[in-house]
Amino acid sequence: MLTLDALTVARGPCTVLADVSLTVGAGEFVGLIGPNGAGKTTLMRAALGLLPHRGQSSLAAMPAQARARAVAWMPQSREIAWPVAVETLIALGRLPHLPRGAQLAPADRAAIDAAIARMGLESFRTRAANRLSGGEQARVLIARVLAQDTPLILADEPAAGLDPAHQITLMRAFAAEAAAGRSVVASLHDLGLAARHCTRIIALHRGRVAADGPPAQVLSAGLLAEVFHITAHVAQTPHGPVCQPLEVIR
Amino acid sequence: MRDHPGLMTALLALVLALFAASLLIGPAGIAPAQALAALLRGDATAEALVMREIRLPRALLAVMIGASLGLAGAAMQGYLRNPLAEPGLIGVSGSAALGAVIALQTGLAASFALGLPLAALAGAALAVGLLLALAGPRGGSLTLILAGIAVSALAGALTALVLNLSPNPFAAAEIVFWMMGSLVDRSMTHVWLALPLMAVGWVLLAGLGRGLDALTLGEDAAETLGISLTRLRLMLVAGTACVVGAGTAVAGAIGFVGLVVPHILRPFVGARPSALLPASALGGAAMLLAADVAVRLVLPDRDLKLGVVTALVGAPLFLHLIWRTRAEGL
Repeated sequence: MLTLDALTVARGPCTVLADVSLTVGAGEFVGLIGPNGAGKTTLMRAALGLLPHRGQSSLAAMPAQARARAVAWMPQSREIAWPVAVETLIALGRLPHLPRGAQLAPADRAAIDAAIARMGLESFRTRAANRLSGGEQARVLIARVLAQDTPLILADEPAAGLDPAHQITLMRAFAAEAAAGRSVVASLHDLGLAARHCTRIIALHRGRVAADGPPAQVLSAGLLAEVFHITAHVAQTPHGPVCQPLEVIR
Repeated sequence: MRDHPGLMTALLALVLALFAASLLIGPAGIAPAQALAALLRGDATAEALVMREIRLPRALLAVMIGASLGLAGAAMQGYLRNPLAEPGLIGVSGSAALGAVIALQTGLAASFALGLPLAALAGAALAVGLLLALAGPRGGSLTLILAGIAVSALAGALTALVLNLSPNPFAAAEIVFWMMGSLVDRSMTHVWLALPLMAVGWVLLAGLGRGLDALTLGEDAAETLGISLTRLRLMLVAGTACVVGAGTAVAGAIGFVGLVVPHILRPFVGARPSALLPASALGGAAMLLAADVAVRLVLPDRDLKLGVVTALVGAPLFLHLIWRTRAEGL
């Protein structure tokens, strides 16, 4: 789905991302964690070919049209420029599948309806998308990404600004995508969500991969102290893994 | 047409009605039936001459330039994702005006009929070259705006310099009046000069719909939806330069159409940038036809300038829209 080989991004004299090599296979839901400035966004944008970079990315090597059918990208900045209807905005996800000037086909409509249902947006269909609340806008933009119906989804902090119920809904939607054989890579700040829902966690620290593996293995006391400078309560419970940050280590 | 058949039909009917009004209203006072017959006959009578040589090119130019400004305005607003953008923003109209002013000043305009429009087109072409050199093939939308502002400012300063150095007040007055924009005394030659360039520009701008729709989600998201932003920007700049350069060359600077028309029509097309392009083209044609008819009806003997009327109508309309937007709490 995604192969990175020695991906390196330099901004002026400083290296923002150094020699990142990794492979994401089908069925994986990867949580990308790391403190502010660790290089999460840079990693994803460079992998997509949106940033000048050295090294190889399987996505950046694709022609633009093919890439648009291979990967859907949800940027961190949640832009909705015009007061277009929610369903019109979500339908933009179908652009890569539509020949120039073609109308939405029944298959497109089905994908749009499914995405709307997934994010619980039925009652918002005709509302102006940019007049919704921040969290609602985020859900609309996630639905757009789902409607693109690609084997791989990259999302930059998709859970930010969502209420707890919608955070869980979102993580379940992504987990369901992964269970259906697709792959999802999402940067997350909520370690608890990452621990509970992701199949794999990649921790970035100063532009390098600090740890990569199943949640229980990556979220160790040592890694949390080194990368995040925090202590946390990490446990396996009957309800699944739990990770609750506790204190800052000075 | 497909997405909003009602609106598009209404706009088309409005354009046709105003086009007819533009053909039938004028100081010669020919009765409507007679006027139309003379237009079709095209013989050597005075009526046929008035219809074919004066009113027809005037009405055609109003449609062409109005549609151009509306289309370019909608495209520019869509690309910059800003309802305050207008086609003049990239400095092409200012530079075309500078070329025309130099032609008036040096006597080139007086020496042969197409001297002025050709000089204006040269000014527009220079501006596009400078703009693309400044904004580069990889520059973002912000670089484009800044480069456009720089080119506009330079053209404005040079125009002021020409006025400043103007040897006599009559020459200066001629320049000032020309810059206000007008369709008086234009001939079919002007139509044929502007039409090929405008047609190229229309094709370029009309092809932007898909990319502009995708840009609703921002530049990053649009790019990952398979849109080449470099190509989009190049088509936008080239298309706008063609239509605005050609329009300014034959009619002078006409403001506010490209700003107000997309703004008014946006709610009627569900704010979708691709649907706004054709609607705005028709709306622009209607607005300029109406303004050019108004010029003949209000103060017919004072040669009221077209650009003055569009600004007089456009500015309060725009203030009203800002007021309404503010009242909606946005």
